Amino acid sequence: MTAAAISTGSGRTYLTLRARLMIAPAVGLLLAISILPLTATLWFSVIDYRLLTPGSSRFVGLANYGRLFTDAAFLPALLNSIILVVLVLAISILGGLALALLIEGAKVGRGALRLLVISPFFVMPPVSALLWKNLLMQPVAGFFAWIAAIFGMAPLDWFARIPLVSISIIVAWQWLPFACLILLTSLQSFDREQREAAQLDGASAFAIFRHLVLPHLARPIAIVVMMETIFLLSLFAEIFVTTGGGPASSNLAFLVYSEAMLRYDVGAASAAGVVAVLFANLLAFFLVRAVGRSLDV
Amino acid sequence: MRARNTSSIVVTALAWCAALTVAFPLLWALLTSFKTELEAASFPPQFLRFAWTLDNYRVVMADGDYFASLRNSLVIAGGSSALALLLGVPAAWAMAFAPTARTRGTLLWMLSTKMLPPVGVLIPVYLFYRDWGLLDSAFGVALLLAAGNLPIAVWMLFSNFRDVPAEILEAARIDGASMLQELVIVLAPMALPGLASTFFLIFTLAWNEAFWTLNLTSVDAAPLTAFIAAFSSPQGLFWARLSAASMLSIAPVLVIGWFCQRQLVRGLTFGAVK
Repeated sequence: MTAAAISTGSGRTYLTLRARLMIAPAVGLLLAISILPLTATLWFSVIDYRLLTPGSSRFVGLANYGRLFTDAAFLPALLNSIILVVLVLAISILGGLALALLIEGAKVGRGALRLLVISPFFVMPPVSALLWKNLLMQPVAGFFAWIAAIFGMAPLDWFARIPLVSISIIVAWQWLPFACLILLTSLQSFDREQREAAQLDGASAFAIFRHLVLPHLARPIAIVVMMETIFLLSLFAEIFVTTGGGPASSNLAFLVYSEAMLRYDVGAASAAGVVAVLFANLLAFFLVRAVGRSLDV
Repeated sequence: MRARNTSSIVVTALAWCAALTVAFPLLWALLTSFKTELEAASFPPQFLRFAWTLDNYRVVMADGDYFASLRNSLVIAGGSSALALLLGVPAAWAMAFAPTARTRGTLLWMLSTKMLPPVGVLIPVYLFYRDWGLLDSAFGVALLLAAGNLPIAVWMLFSNFRDVPAEILEAARIDGASMLQELVIVLAPMALPGLASTFFLIFTLAWNEAFWTLNLTSVDAAPLTAFIAAFSSPQGLFWARLSAASMLSIAPVLVIGWFCQRQLVRGLTFGAVK
């Protein structure tokens, strides 16, 4: 073995060692801020822990889960979580795709169009929720009430009649730009020659979209679904500032908040937190597997 | 040929209508912020013919809370992003330039921590913070947001670093550059656009974060998200003032976002869409 080979060999070990040291702080912080508190949540979920009566930390087994599952607010919260994610995903991806196709086909001012469309994504949730609730959806003098009046219809009292749908629309408005921008970027990398060849072969616009463009968009759509789901499962501020909870619009995240911060029942809140984590992981299992395969690492 | 022109004019017109519809709530709020409260709530709505005024901006800025919240937002978003870069750059360096069999697994594990919903750890974090005196402190919130954005930062930096030729770093190493010199003098200048866009993206995400900021701050450390959320009380009925406060709260990151939108795509799709 030559000297050079030995030195590269030990150099590589040294590099690997150094690499571990460089990753360690990042991994350490993530562990400290995810696994540690998660363990604590698991522990709190099996003890009787009320904020108002400190010192009572008796082990109660699954009693908190029993109380949670029989709580009238639990099932609606679980359902609301699912409905919110599904509605927002549907609106933002279908709307985002349609908008991306339009912008891609636009001849004038594509840069300006992008700026207009992406803007809602950078608006903080409390701002978008309050602007929509007051300026647009307010039933007496809101903008939508005026539109309804033009068509001779009675204004809709959005948050009283369809609170969950109202919140979904607001949240979809924030995420549609995200879906649109990613799909637009992906559309722009679509092979022009392939499209032209298909056109020469007499393929219709719909056939080109269905058999060439849509498969090309499969990966970005999968990524959009994953990223949005991550954020949508933790939806909180939009509910907090509009309806302030209640069975018609609370999701799991909000249920945890109200059990702990409003009812001081740490045990039940922790049990709800554990359910939220399991629920997210169930989705994550499929999503990360589907998307992780397509990430080139 | 004519049919083709007509159809592209129609598409362009439709695209503009759709884009303006998407942006409409913001444009409407911008307009409302220049109205008096009476005009803001008038029915039918006033479009352009009203007495334009800057009074709402004056009122919001005269309220001490606005500047305190602005400062807290800057400290929390800036501090958390700086911390995330401080931890993320070395980690991304290691993954890009000294990959091992475990690199892919570590990257995916980092991504999977984002799948842990914050509510799953809300209660312990709240109670620990209460005991350690970190409730309502900018540092406490910044630490959480740094951890929350770290996976995104690492992914984004990793995907940027891979475009940097490893030979240059190796050459620096052979010339005896220390680790710090290699990162700061050799790597950073070459990856500057990537570093900048990573910083701005996680800064924006931290600026807009409204779960931890609403739950863990109350008075001293309350950022703009909490400042605006306070308008959900009957104060929210002052539409013109709400609009002005909203515009003042979103303007900085909106402008940053406009400049960084292309990097945003790459960052939030983990480099899979460029």
